[in-house]
Amino acid sequence: MTPSIADAIISCDNVTVNYGAFAAVRNVFLDIPRHKVTAFIGPSGCGKSTVLRCFNRMNDLIESFSMKGKVLFNGKDLYDPRVDPVEVRRRIGMVFQKPNPFPKTIYENIAFGARIHGFRGDMDELVETSLRRAAVWDECKDKLQESGLSLSGGQQQRLCIARAIAVEPEVILMDEPCSALDPISTLKVEETLHALKKNFTIVIVTHNMQQAVRVSDMTAFYNAVDAEGSDGMMGYLAEYNETKEIFNNPKSEDTKEYVTGRFG
Amino acid sequence: MTSNMTNAMASIRHPPTASGLNYNPCAPRNLWNRAMNLLVALFALMAVLPLVVVIGYVLYKGGGAITPAVFTELPPAPGLSEPMGMGNAIIGTAMVTGGAALVAVPVGVGGGIYLAEVARKGSFAQSIRFGVNVLAGVPSIICGLFIYALVVNTRVLWGESFSAMAGSLALAVLMLPTIVKTTDEGLKLVPQELRMGSLGIGASRFVTITRVVAPAAVSPIATGVVLAIARAAGETAPLIFTALFSPFWPDWSSGGGLLAPTATMSVQIYNFGIMPFEPQVQLAWAASFILVVMILAANLLARWLARFSAS
Repeated sequence: MTPSIADAIISCDNVTVNYGAFAAVRNVFLDIPRHKVTAFIGPSGCGKSTVLRCFNRMNDLIESFSMKGKVLFNGKDLYDPRVDPVEVRRRIGMVFQKPNPFPKTIYENIAFGARIHGFRGDMDELVETSLRRAAVWDECKDKLQESGLSLSGGQQQRLCIARAIAVEPEVILMDEPCSALDPISTLKVEETLHALKKNFTIVIVTHNMQQAVRVSDMTAFYNAVDAEGSDGMMGYLAEYNETKEIFNNPKSEDTKEYVTGRFG
Repeated sequence: MTSNMTNAMASIRHPPTASGLNYNPCAPRNLWNRAMNLLVALFALMAVLPLVVVIGYVLYKGGGAITPAVFTELPPAPGLSEPMGMGNAIIGTAMVTGGAALVAVPVGVGGGIYLAEVARKGSFAQSIRFGVNVLAGVPSIICGLFIYALVVNTRVLWGESFSAMAGSLALAVLMLPTIVKTTDEGLKLVPQELRMGSLGIGASRFVTITRVVAPAAVSPIATGVVLAIARAAGETAPLIFTALFSPFWPDWSSGGGLLAPTATMSVQIYNFGIMPFEPQVQLAWAASFILVVMILAANLLARWLARFSAS
C-alpha cells in the first residue's frame, strides 16, 4: 500500500491523533518525498488537515490535541521534547485556507518573516524574488507600500505563499489554499506550485480532485469510518501512491469510488 | 356562553364595516400604541436632558470665567480678588493624571495581553477577569482610602504623606479595570488566522503578539486608554485623601513636585465651589468648564479612534 520512497523529507510512523477523547485520525504511515508535490485528498473529517498540521506542530495550539507515534523530519523526531516548535515552523512553512496577509504593507508582509529570523541581505531583492516566485510580482510591484489587504483574494493568497517562501523553508504545507479562490486565481496558484517544486517540498490538502491531478506527483487518499466506542468519524490513510496510479489504477474500492466521484 | 363566543368570532371574521382593512386611528390597540410610543420617547428625552442641561450650564457659567490669567496665575487668597488664576490646578491635574497613566497603561495593557493571549480560558484567567470586573465597580472613594492607608499614612514614599504621586496611584487603581478590559476585548477581536499566519512562518509567540496581534488591536486599546484617562482626570474623591490640595505652585524641589500636596481641578471645584467668596466660585466654574471640555474632547477622540479601526 505504501510505496517505497528513497528520499523522504517527512515520515509519519504510526501517527494517531486525538482531540480530547475524540480520535481524529489513526495509524498513519506515510513518507513525503523531497522536492515533490504531495496531495492529500479525501472526504471532510477524514484527518487530512490534522495530519498536515502535525508536520509543523500547528496542532500544539489546540489544547485538547494529543498525538501518538512519530513524525520524522530529515530523520529527526519533531515531537522530541527538546525540539523548539518555532524552529520547526521556520523550516516547515504553512499557507492557510483563508488568505491571511498581515495588516501591513505588501513589502512588510514579505520582510516580516525574514527580519525576525535575522536576515541580513538585501531586503528589496528578497521581497522581489519572493513575490516573483509566487507569481504575484507583476500585479503588486507598483504598490509595495500599500496594505496587503488591498489585493484581491487570489493575490492575497499568492502574497501569503510569497511570505511563506521568503523565510526559505524546506517544506511548504498548504491547507486547501484555493478553496476561497475563483478558478483563474486557482490556476495562477497552481502555476506557482509547479515553479516552487524545484526548490521546495510541497504538501497540499485539497478537496478538488482535478487540482490534485494537475499539481501533484504523489497522492494520499484519506477516508473516514464510523469509530467504534466513540461518536463521530475516525480518519485513516486509505491509499498512498503516485498520483496517476491513484486516479487511473486505484487499489482499493473506496479510492476508486471517491476519485470517480461516486461518493464524498 | 357558547353562543356569545360564536358571535364574537363571527364578527372578527366578518367586520361590520366595508372598510374593514383600513387603519382605524381610534381602535384601542392603535391608541395604546401611540400613547406608549410617546411615553418611551419622553423617557428617552428625560435620560439625555441632564446631560444637555449640565453641559449647557457649565459651558455658560464657566465659559465667562475663562480668561488668559486662569491658566497662568494662582488663585487669590480668600477675600481678595487678585490674582484670578488656577494654573497650579491645571498643572496638578496633568501631573497626577499623567502619573496615573504611566502606571496604569503598562500594567493594564500587559494584564489584558496576558488574559487574551496567554491564559485565554483557564480558571486563573477567569478569576482575574472576575476580579477586574469587581474592581471596576469599587467606589472611587474606596480607592482613595486604600491608597491613603497604604501610601499616605505609612509615608512609604520617601517619608512624604500627601503627594501627587499618591494621587496618581489612586487614579491608576481606578483606570486599571477599564484598560485591562478593553485590551482583553480588543485582542479577542483579532482574527485567529492572523496569529496562525505569524506562527506559521516561524515567529515566536512574543513576536506574534508584539508585531502582529497588538498592532492589529491598537485602536480599541487606545480608545480604552483615552476613556480611562478622561474618567480619571475628573475624579475627586480618590484625590481628597491622597494628592490633597495646595494653593501654591507645585513644590519643584520636592521630587520635581511629585512628592508634595498638589492642587487638581476636581478638588479645586470641591474646595472653592462652596466658598462664600465670588472669585473662588468663579474659579470653580472655570475648572468645571475645562474638565467638561476635556472629557468631551476625549470622548470625541475615542470615537474617532474607534472609527479608525473599523475602516
